[in-house]
Amino acid sequence: MTPAVVSSPAGSDWSGVFAQFLLLSLLSIGGAISTVPEMHRYLVDQHHWLSNEQFSAMVAIAQAAPGPNLLFVAVLGWGIGGAFGMLVTMLGILLPSTTLTLAAARWGEARRHTRGVQAFVTGLAPLTVGLVLSSGYLLGKPAYGDPWLLAAMVVTVVVCVRWKISPLWLIAAGGLVGGLLT
Amino acid sequence: MPATPLAPDAAALPASDETPGILPDAAAEAIEGHGPHSVLDDDSPRQPGSPGEIFRVFTRLALKGFGGVLPIVQHELVERERWLTREQFLELLAVAQVLPGPNVVNLSLMFGDRAFGWRGGLAALGGMLLAPLGVVLALAVAYAHYAQHPVVAGVLRGMGAVAAGLIMATGIKLLPALRRNVLGPVPAFGFVALMFACIALLRVPLAWMLGGLGAIAFTLAWRRLKP
Repeated sequence: MTPAVVSSPAGSDWSGVFAQFLLLSLLSIGGAISTVPEMHRYLVDQHHWLSNEQFSAMVAIAQAAPGPNLLFVAVLGWGIGGAFGMLVTMLGILLPSTTLTLAAARWGEARRHTRGVQAFVTGLAPLTVGLVLSSGYLLGKPAYGDPWLLAAMVVTVVVCVRWKISPLWLIAAGGLVGGLLT
Repeated sequence: MPATPLAPDAAALPASDETPGILPDAAAEAIEGHGPHSVLDDDSPRQPGSPGEIFRVFTRLALKGFGGVLPIVQHELVERERWLTREQFLELLAVAQVLPGPNVVNLSLMFGDRAFGWRGGLAALGGMLLAPLGVVLALAVAYAHYAQHPVVAGVLRGMGAVAAGLIMATGIKLLPALRRNVLGPVPAFGFVALMFACIALLRVPLAWMLGGLGAIAFTLAWRRLKP
């Protein structure tokens, strides 16, 4: 049951991890996937707690399983620190947004149509799209050195944009291609 | 655009037309799938009996949600349990999209909260997360155990490449919706490109980008929305 780790956060690092995920929760406008680039920057580039391959594999595991895609956060937490790591990342990502959601739901949705909220939603829409594209680009990193994996990624994009098909089939096909390559 | 089937609802729900940033695709799918044929609109919805019932229903629907839970949530809550009308569902979704946090988690929370206060919210949230969490962790443990095995590593590399492609495709499918953005198409696409360059290529921290570029985008939108 040893989680896959390059190097683990030390004791004092965990408050930093928690703070990082609390912040990400508030920045996750447009869904959990839009926080992937920041998690990647923090966990892979800055602290080297996970490799590019591990990071992408963990997100893929969460995508292949049932449930909200937010659960990749639990897998990443598990990856850097087992059950405790999972608790830290999940509580961090959930506490601010759920508190805010409950407060806002009770505050009433009357202000949904006000100019401020509208400007916020429409103004941030392009940034959200930029974040989603960045997530795709960063998760694809392990594939860029291998023409077959790159092809699998490109084919996925084309198929997905053109047709409606369950992501599960594509992920299964990707697993098959990856398995046959070895 | 997948948003067109939304048109009848857009009148009742102005915000839905203005929130292209957040997976209109999934929303449209949720509605396209069953909505237009629904005869439930006139029925007054039923009420969940207890937080426990909410927990059970949300557990069931979360476990059915492979590759996106939203269409399942719509089907189960609106058509199967009749706890919400289609209009009520869209209304909740629109609010959930505006707030930070995963849309489907926000929606569950608000639904439960409306029914039974914070206990209901917690029941919906727990139902949505706990059982799938168990499944995902079982997979993660298996991954940690077999990560060194070359075939497993290969399978996961392939799955990872496809997962990256799926997310890329989601982003690409959101692009046409920006043509109707209040910022105007050229500034809107410019913001997308800038965001991609800074976040994906230059690795600028997200908080800086939202504080800087986000503030500029908000100000521009605010001015264009002048009443």
